Amino acid sequence: MDKIKFATVWLAGCSGCHMSFLDLDEWLIDLAAAVDVVFSPVGCDLKTYPEGVDVCLVEGAIANQENLELIYDVRRKTKLLISFGDCAVTANVPAMRNMLGSSSAVLKRAYLELGDVTPQLPDEPGIVPELLDRVVPVHEVVPVDIFMPGCPPSADRIRATLEPLLKGEMPVMEGRSMIKFG
Amino acid sequence: MSKTVVIDPVTRIEGHAKISIFLNDAGEVDDARFHVVEYRGFEKFCEGRPFTEMAGITARICGICPVSHLLAAAKTGDKILAVKIPVAAEKLRRMMNLAQITQSHALSFFHLSSPDFLLGWDSDPAKRNVFGLIAADPDLARAGIRLRQFGQTIIELLGARKIHAAWAVPGGVRSPLSEEGRTWIRDRLPESFETITTALNLFKTLIDQQLKDEIGIFGEFPSLFMGLVGKDGKWDHYGGHLRFVDSAGTVIADGLSEDDYASFLGEAVEKWSYLKFPYYKPLGYPAGIYRVGPLARLNVCRYIGTPKADQELKEFRDRAGGVPTSSFLYHYARLIEILACLEHIQDLVNDPDVVSPRVRAEGGVNELEAIGVSEAPRGTLFHHYKVDEHGLIQKVNLIIATGQNNLAMNKTVAQIAKHYIHNSDIPEGFLNRVEAGIRCFDPCLSCSTHAAGQMPLHVQLLGADGHVIQEVFRD
Ligand code: SF4
Repeated sequence: MDKIKFATVWLAGCSGCHMSFLDLDEWLIDLAAAVDVVFSPVGCDLKTYPEGVDVCLVEGAIANQENLELIYDVRRKTKLLISFGDCAVTANVPAMRNMLGSSSAVLKRAYLELGDVTPQLPDEPGIVPELLDRVVPVHEVVPVDIFMPGCPPSADRIRATLEPLLKGEMPVMEGRSMIKFG
Repeated sequence: MSKTVVIDPVTRIEGHAKISIFLNDAGEVDDARFHVVEYRGFEKFCEGRPFTEMAGITARICGICPVSHLLAAAKTGDKILAVKIPVAAEKLRRMMNLAQITQSHALSFFHLSSPDFLLGWDSDPAKRNVFGLIAADPDLARAGIRLRQFGQTIIELLGARKIHAAWAVPGGVRSPLSEEGRTWIRDRLPESFETITTALNLFKTLIDQQLKDEIGIFGEFPSLFMGLVGKDGKWDHYGGHLRFVDSAGTVIADGLSEDDYASFLGEAVEKWSYLKFPYYKPLGYPAGIYRVGPLARLNVCRYIGTPKADQELKEFRDRAGGVPTSSFLYHYARLIEILACLEHIQDLVNDPDVVSPRVRAEGGVNELEAIGVSEAPRGTLFHHYKVDEHGLIQKVNLIIATGQNNLAMNKTVAQIAKHYIHNSDIPEGFLNRVEAGIRCFDPCLSCSTHAAGQMPLHVQLLGADGHVIQEVFRD
């Protein structure tokens, strides 16, 4: 049997969910034996999301144009997509800016008010992606197969989600140990 | 006709990034730009929140060094309460910071950078990562994983979770270390010392042999260095005062307080990056380029204050024949700092104060403006809050470690590009090296733009009129 093609993607999040993934510690060595890591900011240098990914953990909310393009691409090429952590599941902290209306409020504060020389907005076309006016969770944009909440989900929860998948079974996302926010 | 090269994205650094390289008429490199392309807006959306929530919210800026934000927020909070925190609380906060520096540096060295050193810059990109390292050198990979685990577990023993522990609070910390926690740390220390000694020896051998040239190519240039130092110039990561030194080792400003940061640090903005460009104000922008983080901390301090780390610091300086100024030596400095952290943890774990129950001072809102500072793994971190009389945040400014290396990262990329790119030709393996140049700084881009993510790698050569002459993709 071919190894499971495994990927992780990082959108608008703090990388804490990825760090919790690395907190799997020595179980990563077992995982490496069971899957091919084909795309990941922490574990793979390939730059293009490949076709035919079996399982993908998606950290972070959808906050800019690039997040949006990447998540469409990921969904098209992935069998089982997991919303990984509270930012992916609810948009969490990145969505705190939604109450300010458009994205211009946060941009003005950082770059016009706090820039002491050359205050201006970073907006070079084709280089810095435009922020979306509203930050949204992943499932508002594409269908999601499994929701794994937590800020971040603990390594135990990540392992309990992945282990059944490695055996071709669906994890049971129930109870405090699996579906608690925060 | 001048041209541009764009690399998009840079992986195995913590965040989203692109690089442009500008060629002159002769096809030689003129300049380079390192673009950071994410932004989340913490400085604005925190307004209106109680200042006591700032630790919990700003920790979500970065999952690699949440402890830094926790501590900077707590220290700013101490000043709003206008209290002096208990001695035990300071020692416990220091212990958590040492644990964080250990885990974050271990991540940078073992998980993210050592695959380049050990598997080779030009090895298969699908394998040149921590999983490839597991396959190629399982013992080293396991040791590195366990060293990071050592730091993460101390954080958990103190704060009940590894990432985003809600533990440091204005006035102190929530709880001391348990006796079981103490025992666990003591038992695990010898293995951690062994791992760092192995890594130091390995890295020294590498820079004596196969990585010899990299020191001169990967960001070797003079600049200022900034960091916290304690009394009589002792290495510090939590308290003390700020110091600037130059590349000759001359102290050019000392005894600076974070309270006055706006008088010596400015922040410039460029259209092509969400990452701002802090600079040393007396020298102006961009001449006021300075570096922060492990290399800077080792350059600003007079000594570390623990025997093994001081021995290593001496060798580090002897090898450079003065002040080490190559950004490639950030890796080396990181390893020495891990050793320093382990020695300091060893001292602290035997200190009776770390199990003291007196860990928190209480108080109300007694100051309406405060600035807190702490050394994050990647460099000095500032939190600046203004609050109303109820303690609700009116204004926030955050100056993040990686941002302060922004000018130096740009300069490093330009230096690498100048070395490898000639006659408008991007040689094989160039992309890996330019990314590795950025990785020297271990930039935590989620911190620096209060943002995070990842994209495909894309290099473009553009003419002066903007039309694409050559494109390189890596996949
Ligand atoms: S869910 Fe929490 S830990 Fe994960 S990316 Fe979001 S803020 Fe970070």
